[in-house]
Formats: sequence, structure tokens, C-alpha cells
Amino acid sequence: MDKVELMIDGKRIDGRTADQLRPISIVANPIRNAAGSAYIEWGANKIFAAVYGPKEALPKHTSDPEKAVIKCRYTMAPFSSVEEHGKPGMNRRAIEISKVTAEVFENVILLNKFPGSEIDIYIEVMQSDGGTRAAGITCAAVALAASGIPMRDLPYAVSAGKVGDTVILDLNKIEDNYSDADVPVAICPRKKEVSLLQMDGNLTKDEFDTALNMIINSGSYISQLQIDALKKPYEKIEERYL
Amino acid sequence: MYTKIITEEYIRERLKNGLRDDSRSPFTYRNITIKTGNMPNAEGSAEVTLGNTTVIAGVKVDVGTPLKDKPEEGSIITSAELSPMASDKYEPGPPTPEAIEISRVIDRGIRAANVVDTKSLYINEEKVWNAYIDIYAVNYDGNIFDAGTLAAIAALSTSKMPRFEDEKVVRENMGKLKINAISTSCTFAKVAGHILLDPDGNEEAFSNVRLTIANDEKYIRAMQKGLGGSFTPKELDQMIDMTFNKSAELRSSIKHAIGD
Repeated sequence: MDKVELMIDGKRIDGRTADQLRPISIVANPIRNAAGSAYIEWGANKIFAAVYGPKEALPKHTSDPEKAVIKCRYTMAPFSSVEEHGKPGMNRRAIEISKVTAEVFENVILLNKFPGSEIDIYIEVMQSDGGTRAAGITCAAVALAASGIPMRDLPYAVSAGKVGDTVILDLNKIEDNYSDADVPVAICPRKKEVSLLQMDGNLTKDEFDTALNMIINSGSYISQLQIDALKKPYEKIEERYL
Repeated sequence: MYTKIITEEYIRERLKNGLRDDSRSPFTYRNITIKTGNMPNAEGSAEVTLGNTTVIAGVKVDVGTPLKDKPEEGSIITSAELSPMASDKYEPGPPTPEAIEISRVIDRGIRAANVVDTKSLYINEEKVWNAYIDIYAVNYDGNIFDAGTLAAIAALSTSKMPRFEDEKVVRENMGKLKINAISTSCTFAKVAGHILLDPDGNEEAFSNVRLTIANDEKYIRAMQKGLGGSFTPKELDQMIDMTFNKSAELRSSIKHAIGD
């Protein structure tokens, strides 16, 4: 792989500092048909999340008489990357991301309120620029909250990584391609618990601690964006009745 | 989100007074918006809303091998993705017959009207460009056919064109994809004996027959009758007239959106 200079004078290729997030905006409920939905723009990532259910779990063998099952499907549109036309639907990467994403939400949804049901979470990446799984989880959390499904917490996710000797937060696509490590993490902010953790590359223990701290420190900002997005539709109604 | 439950009875009673659920007359489109270039990673893109129906189309241009019967031109490849995010009537999995019908009907309208100059997609004897058009349903409320066609045409009309240099695709300083024409489509559904242009989701649910007509300024370019019912020749005649009448409106919406 060609060596690409990713840090120059402490600034990253897009001008950010090591622990700076890309611009993020979230809209709640853009998809009317869904029980809850959200749209996120995270840097150049553009992602929809939609939640359907709770509804009867089908086929029957997937249902659990004790609690709801989460069915998550993460896919990328064939036109979502700057490179060639992708294949639609699920590849092995998408199947893995769908699985770990479902597990993030199994941890926070009050599943025992809906025995025998399924809750469907669809994450559709319309445009990708690195960190889509983290952005997708942050977006899906808003969609779930907007659907009114009871949750213990409102998770967010963000990835950290390493270029050269510097630990950086929220890698974009180019940084992701040439980085020495990539660590996507989902956090349940109320108890600061980690509900998704993946890593590849190389990190010392100190570097990992730095990465995790950056992720946790960025949390209050991301959480606030999620909460603001959820409140926004109701602010409009208040204005109308004032 | 709250959903209004609508019965066939209700639709029939409203139509006795010539009105639809949203107070449209039978041959009126819902509000149309077209936004182009919203997905800049794709060579071309467009988001179209038709009332509460939302679709996004993306165009990618890639190198492929020429087809045996057309050695000197490239191709267009159209797919419709009826994503389960758009409606609880769509299921995850491989494309359904409904999705395949939609993509093929949209494809025929674009192909027959020579929208894309496929001769300009020729590179050499072994290589041609293929323009991939992917249409995503984001929210379903009927008439994906016309929304999909509008989005595909708007995305193609604003699509960039990569270069082929040293046996490599270069996606920098791209030119424009060469477009010959603009085509549009009009879709009708018969509900309780009434023909309705641009059916919404409830109307499609109670419709027993559907017709899509794709055209340009001069010619009918593609037609597709769907579902189990039938039309009389007189009804077909009326819908063709209506299509030529309405397509001027659709073309000007596209031209406005692509800044032409």
C-alpha cells in the first residue's frame, strides 16, 4: 500500500484535529411509513434508519415466547461509494455489521415487554465515507426512540483509530483505508457501558485507552444531537399552539 | 406515526363526487419535488417526492465488456430496490417480481427513448462504459413507476462521466454523461371503476388494473399493463391522450430541476 501522509502539523487531511468529529446532523422520522425512522448526515455519510414493529415474529421458528427478537439489516446502496458500482444487498461484511448492530439494541430495548414479537431495524447507507456502521447505529438509536419502543438508554457509536503514532477520532474513508488501526465502539451513555467493540490493526494498551477516552468524551455532543433531533418535531407543534 | 385507515367503500363514495382522498381530481399529480446531486459520491443522483412517495436514484458509470449484439456501444442497467425501510409491505431478500417489473418498465422507457447516448459509451473493441441506474424506494405511497422514472432521468441528466486512462477508470475532473432526450412516464390505476392518474398507496391497494405509459414529446416509448383487470380500447385512448398532455408538466419539472 502506498504511504499517504495523513497528519501534517497536527492537522488531518480534512483540517480536523485528532479528537475532532466531522459535522453531524440528524433528522427524526423522515420516513412516514415506519414506526420510527431517522436520517443522519455524518461528514459525507448519508444514512437512513427505519424501524418497523413490534409485530408477530415470522417465520415462527424465529420467535421467542419470552421476549422480542431484533432483526437488523444493514445494506449499502450500489452507488454509495466514490469507487465502482457495488453489488446490491447483503455481503459477508453487511451480515456481520447487521449482527453486531442488532446486539447493540438487544442490550437496551426492553425486549420482555413484547414476547413473541420481532422488531425490524433497517439501515440503508445511501452514501459512504468511512464509519458507516457507527453512524448507522447512532441513526438507528434515534429511529428506535422515535418509534416509542421502550429503551433503557440511547446508544451512540463512533470509531477511533491510529495514523502513524497519533490516535484519532472518527476516521473518514481515506484515513480508514490507510490507518494502522480502526476501533468502532458503541456506548450506552447512562452507565458509560460499551455495547459494540471491534478492532483491527495494531494498538498498544495506552493507545487503546486514549482511543476509548476520545470516544467517551465525544459522547455528550453526539447524545445531545440525538436528543435534539427527537425533540425537534414537537417544538414545531408547540409554536403552532402558542 | 399515525395512519388513516381507508376502505374501498370510502374511496368509491368520494369518487362519486369526482374526488380522491386527498381532494385531487382523477387526472392530477400529487406535488412533485426533484432534487439533484444529493449523493455526490455517485456520478449522478436525484431525490424525487411524489406526495408521500420518496425515491432516490443513483447513477454509477463503470467499465464493462460490450454486448455481442452491440459491439460498438455501451449499455444502461436499471435496478429498483424496494427497500423494506420504505413500507411494511416490502420484505428483505432478493428482488421480488414487483421490483423486477418496476425496474424493467423504467428501463424500457429510458432505453426506447434513447435517453442515454450509448454510442458515446464506446471505449475500444474490448471495453465500453455501462451506466448503472439504481432506484431506491425510501417511503412508499404508490406510483414508484413515475417517481422512479423522474429520479432516473434527473440523475442521468446531471450525471458525470469518468475517464478511461492507462487501462484505469479515473473519477477526477469528470466530464458529463451524454444525454439525447428526456422521457417521462404516466401511471394510471383503475379503482372502483374510475381511472386515476398517479395512484397513491391506498388507491393501489384497491386497484385491480394499472397502466404505465412512457413517452417523449413525439412518441409513446413503452407501455405496461399490470394486475388482473382490463381496460377498454376507449380507456386506453383516453390515457394515451392524458399522458401526452401531462408529460409536458413532468418534463418541465425535470428541466427546472436540472437547470436546463
